[in-house]
Amino acid sequence: MFSNRMFNILVPIISVFLGLVAGAIIMLGFGYNPIRGYIALIDGAFGNAYFTGETIRRVTPYILTGLAVAFAFRAGLFNIGAEGQVIVGWLAAVWVGSSMEAPMIIHLPLAILAAAVAGGLWGFVPGILKAKLGVHEVIITIMMNYIALFLTNHLIRNVLTETKDTTDRVLESASLASNWIMEITSFSRLHWGLLIALAAAVIMWFLLEKTTTGYELRSVGYNRHASEYAGMKVGKNIVLAMVISGGFAGLAGAMEGLGTFGYMPTHSSFTNIGFDGIAVALLGGNAAFGTVIAAFLFGVLKEGSLNMPTEAGVPSELVEIVIALIIFFVASSYIIRWALLSLKKEGK
Amino acid sequence: MLDILQTIIPIALFYSAPLILTALGGVFSERSGVVNIGLEGLMVMGAFVGIVFNLTFADVFGDATPWISILVAMVIGAIFSIIHAVASVTFRADQVVSGVAINFLALGLGVFLTKQWYGKGQTDMVSEPFYSTNIPFLSDIPIIGPIFFQKVYLTSYLAIIVAVIAWYVLYKTPFGLRLRSVGEHPMAADTNGINVYSMRYIAVIISGALGGLGGSVFALTIASNFSQSTIVGQGFMSLAAVIFGKWHPLGAMGAALFFGLAQSLSVISTSIPVLQEVPSIYLTIAPYVLTILALAGFIGRAEAPKANGQPYIKGSR
Repeated sequence: MFSNRMFNILVPIISVFLGLVAGAIIMLGFGYNPIRGYIALIDGAFGNAYFTGETIRRVTPYILTGLAVAFAFRAGLFNIGAEGQVIVGWLAAVWVGSSMEAPMIIHLPLAILAAAVAGGLWGFVPGILKAKLGVHEVIITIMMNYIALFLTNHLIRNVLTETKDTTDRVLESASLASNWIMEITSFSRLHWGLLIALAAAVIMWFLLEKTTTGYELRSVGYNRHASEYAGMKVGKNIVLAMVISGGFAGLAGAMEGLGTFGYMPTHSSFTNIGFDGIAVALLGGNAAFGTVIAAFLFGVLKEGSLNMPTEAGVPSELVEIVIALIIFFVASSYIIRWALLSLKKEGK
Repeated sequence: MLDILQTIIPIALFYSAPLILTALGGVFSERSGVVNIGLEGLMVMGAFVGIVFNLTFADVFGDATPWISILVAMVIGAIFSIIHAVASVTFRADQVVSGVAINFLALGLGVFLTKQWYGKGQTDMVSEPFYSTNIPFLSDIPIIGPIFFQKVYLTSYLAIIVAVIAWYVLYKTPFGLRLRSVGEHPMAADTNGINVYSMRYIAVIISGALGGLGGSVFALTIASNFSQSTIVGQGFMSLAAVIFGKWHPLGAMGAALFFGLAQSLSVISTSIPVLQEVPSIYLTIAPYVLTILALAGFIGRAEAPKANGQPYIKGSR
């Protein structure tokens, strides 16, 4: 028989495979050559040093928003608000990064910390409302997303600048960008942030699996009432989970603000980094390392898709469809398990 | 004062109509125990179909085009939502996850086909959108007429009528009772001979039809074309209206009207003296802040249908 652990690894792999097959069928249906399409995708992701650098750059915030959503999921909460937390984190990082002067060893950590705190604060509101008043976190986080979007635009136009549409650039001492990385990747926007994202994944794994706090968080996620009966403070754990989740998402904002862009423009709509984090977390099975792998996959698909129109004539949105189908297959893992088991039985 | 009402109310009705329709879809689905985060995607599908049909057949149907467009969008929305039903009812998928996938799929498919058919990321503007009209007889009533029935969109009243019908169906018919019982206690319903699976399928398909209707009404009254950024968050606002309205059709309608009113305030603030003084940022974020305050303050704990989000597995206890 298959063990549970094996299912947990097999299901995402089969789902990705099925998703790509479905994408190929769609390309065939519209008269494209699927092999050329997927070669264009891989070229677009790894074809040269620049593309590779851009792909890893795109993966970096996905890891963090994936971790944010996964962390909340593990405590039984659904954080749709990662999007808003990214936006406030971005602004906080740029604000600190551009408005004060300090040596790098203080300035950079401070700017990164500001992003985490801002994101955490944005997660605290739905957390405390859920814990104290039982208000559904989904609806509050959706509302907080809009507030973040409009509020940051307002602050950029009226407080950080005088009616301009972008903030000043962050100072050298608060920047994650590096000339050395830029040179080896033919001037892509890759930056040091990947190390922070990977460190965050390790921290999440350690916190959830190796500490009492993590045990309590997971316990609350499994069964709120049993945890309360066992003497855990459910409310405290809910708030904590949302704050940490928001902190991760805030860091993703810092990656954009201090790394990729070095400033913050006003946004007319959402960045989608937070919403994509939901898909990343789901594919990664809400575990730290699964999320990292899923973030890489999504980064490759998304960055590579940009090359598909030029090299194979396929609209890049094909990849969105593939991603949606992968999520469906992961969600319907029951049917994949059932199919695997019946295959196994016939084989005997 | 009368002037102000005359400006605010038609705009509030205009903005809330798509939200009301989509939120009603959410009520049906969630009342049967299927969480529907996919409302956003259903609206995207509705908007896409509504616009494409309108562009393609404007010459054939003339003035009737927008009405036929929203009907077609309803049908396609219903068919599209079957994916969510299959995943969450038959395959026992996590319903939130399946809903998220619906959102991704609808947007991907919509923009993919737009590029395929129109060769660019957005469609042309439709030639036959909905226009505002004066409703005969009713618009002649003094005071009430100018406020509610002059220069309004018929779709706003369609939304309100559908809300009343939804209330009647859910609360006054055997079908509605069965649908709600499946969402509260599927095992008890099953024991009484109600087919849980088919009730849930029907509910999700109704939500698809109403979501498609909502999306197409939005597209044909407010947006007039389809692109990646036609539907940005209206589906999530509708979801909020479902929860705000405590999973009740008329409650959801009230919440959607409230959102519409709040949105219209920021649109028309320039023409109302009192509001001119208020910095625009406060009016822009008002709907969202007010929703949070309302939920935290006087609405409080909203109780979802008991079996909401749980797949029903026959024979398990």
